[in-house]
Amino acid sequence: VNLLIRGGRVIDPASGRDEIADVAIVNGHFAHRPADGSLEFDATGLIVAPGFIDMHVHLREPGFEHAETIETGARAAAAGGFTTICCMPNTIPVNDNATVTSYIVERARNRAIVNVRPIGAITKGSEGVELSTYGSMKEAGIVAISDDGRPVMNARVMRRAMETAHSLDLTVINHCEDLHLSAGGDMHEGVHSTRLGLRGIPSASEDVMVARDILLAEMTGARYHVAHLSARHSVAMVAFAKSKGLPVTAETTPHHFVLTEAELDTYDSNFKMKPPLRSRADVEAIIEGITSGAIDAIATDHAPHAGSEKMQEFESCPFGIIGLETAIGLTFETLVNPGHISLRKMVELFTTGPANVLRLNRGTLAEGAPGDVTLIDPAREWIYDVNKSQSKSRNSPFHGSKFKGCAVATMVGGKVVYVS
Amino acid sequence: MNAGLLGIEALDRPGIEAILTRAKHFQKPGRYETLRHKLVVNLFFEASTRTRTSFEIAAKRLSADTISITASGSSVSKGESLVDTLNTLGAMRPQAIVMRHSASGAPHFLARHLNIPIINAGDGTHEHPTQALLDALTIQDRRGTLEGLRVAIIGDIAHSRVARSNVHLLSRFGADIVLCGPAPLLPRELESLAPGISLTNDMAQAIQDADVIMMLRVQLERQHEVPMAAGEYFRFYGLRLEHLAQAKPDAIVMHPGPINRGRELSSEVADSQRSVILNQVENGIAVRMAVLEQVLQ
Repeated sequence: VNLLIRGGRVIDPASGRDEIADVAIVNGHFAHRPADGSLEFDATGLIVAPGFIDMHVHLREPGFEHAETIETGARAAAAGGFTTICCMPNTIPVNDNATVTSYIVERARNRAIVNVRPIGAITKGSEGVELSTYGSMKEAGIVAISDDGRPVMNARVMRRAMETAHSLDLTVINHCEDLHLSAGGDMHEGVHSTRLGLRGIPSASEDVMVARDILLAEMTGARYHVAHLSARHSVAMVAFAKSKGLPVTAETTPHHFVLTEAELDTYDSNFKMKPPLRSRADVEAIIEGITSGAIDAIATDHAPHAGSEKMQEFESCPFGIIGLETAIGLTFETLVNPGHISLRKMVELFTTGPANVLRLNRGTLAEGAPGDVTLIDPAREWIYDVNKSQSKSRNSPFHGSKFKGCAVATMVGGKVVYVS
Repeated sequence: MNAGLLGIEALDRPGIEAILTRAKHFQKPGRYETLRHKLVVNLFFEASTRTRTSFEIAAKRLSADTISITASGSSVSKGESLVDTLNTLGAMRPQAIVMRHSASGAPHFLARHLNIPIINAGDGTHEHPTQALLDALTIQDRRGTLEGLRVAIIGDIAHSRVARSNVHLLSRFGADIVLCGPAPLLPRELESLAPGISLTNDMAQAIQDADVIMMLRVQLERQHEVPMAAGEYFRFYGLRLEHLAQAKPDAIVMHPGPINRGRELSSEVADSQRSVILNQVENGIAVRMAVLEQVLQ
């Protein structure tokens, strides 16, 4: 596929480029010069960025196709400006062996309009006991391992997982939550949970596991990544690990830098997620962690649930919200437009950030790299209508929110997969 | 549409006073035609004897038609969701639903999706508004006012909807509220629930000069973990006659029931002249009449 994107502002953190230029894609890869007869795309006034990567999504297939499929999740990703998404293994069956990995890769090849890269389970069934088969899963296509949705509670199991992953050059991603401390909890433990009579998930349940894992990462040499960082002490500990030169990275989600526990006052289950929305001080620490570099990537933790599952009494509702189509808008609104971060930093958080965590050969406009592009209009104002979402699910707290800045086109391997 | 009564927190002082004034009027036994041809559904998803009976009697005294449904006997056991259950009942056109549920916020969630006023008869560990109102009426009966009283609430505060509703109500009247219990049942955050709250783990300190001593049941079913040994609990947080000497001479002892003799208070205290536990039960009917009348008219 040959494409020429003309006249946009090219921001490519990998090379440090920030200039008005044309970008050529030849045979699906970035090239120095355009091929004759290339399709032309006028990007005047737009930002031309490497294709955005969401390293943390739940596509629900196999097993929960009523809530999302690889096909619909990929369409939501394209509409949100993402060209690559990494799907967590908590499906039915769990992606804990090469057969399931191959199934996901095959479905994605046939159905998905963006790149889908599976993440394999750390333990069989994500039960935290027996290591799954990382070597053959890696051959089948996984880009990292995680038991996301659940933590690895047993420190010895985590140690062995890190040792094995290190030998295979795989990143270990942990959902940090001490299950004994968080047991039964529905929201952040604090003033609001006390007032609402909802059981709390203390910040310490995240902090103690981040601390443990950093020590294990040092012990084993493994590349270790904290999923959906939400608590301020955890931000500080990741920064500390980085200052010691450890290969420790972290992501946070848009909802964790946008919303606080105060949203829960209406018992609206669209504000119920794990980790929970935390205090104002935590949100400030997360934003500070983003600007200081302690946090490497923004990931959505896109977690679709069918409407009926969220239409229950609060404590019975599942955790999580969809996020692929609102991530860029929320990042503009909360981080870029108020001046916390530059446009270039935003691009970094969605491209080189996650690409470095996972060692993906993407997130760059370098010659020869896959021709994935996200075109952004930083001035366009829009309102999110969840009922028009490409996702199968509607569980978003951002319905009706106004944004300035969005993805206007998404290209995968030089092919235009989304234009707004 | 009338919003029903979901909690005390949303009420202001005049709103509370209006209900209490009307309840005082209903303390005189009698039957009223006020709610003739109106239908009230009592929907109890949690076991309850006193609250359900009290609501039933209150509705009957106002001449309303009532039906009572308990979860075990309803379609809930057939897997129907809460919203569907309520929608089904709603289609039968009651004028109000009185609801108790084990999930905090369940009535608030339903109120957003239904067009029928909901009266919260206790939601999880959140609120129990009519209990706080009947407690306030009982205190007024004995002390004339709520203003400036020192009220000690003792026991499992963390899991108590009675405590939360009482704190919101008493605080509106400028009471001095002392919350007391073992540390795991007394989260520090309680202090910021409302103005006028202090916390202590020392029962003697809580009772010192108290006008009202409100004892709470230990809610084992909501604790989800190994509780403090019963003997240890009673020794340090059980109310016994010797404690009463530290309180004001005319202090009263309250309990929302059901009481566990020898667990949170001794038999002697429960049966003493200081105890107003049965007055609370009696006032429950008057308060619920006032609430039903306000919501349905």
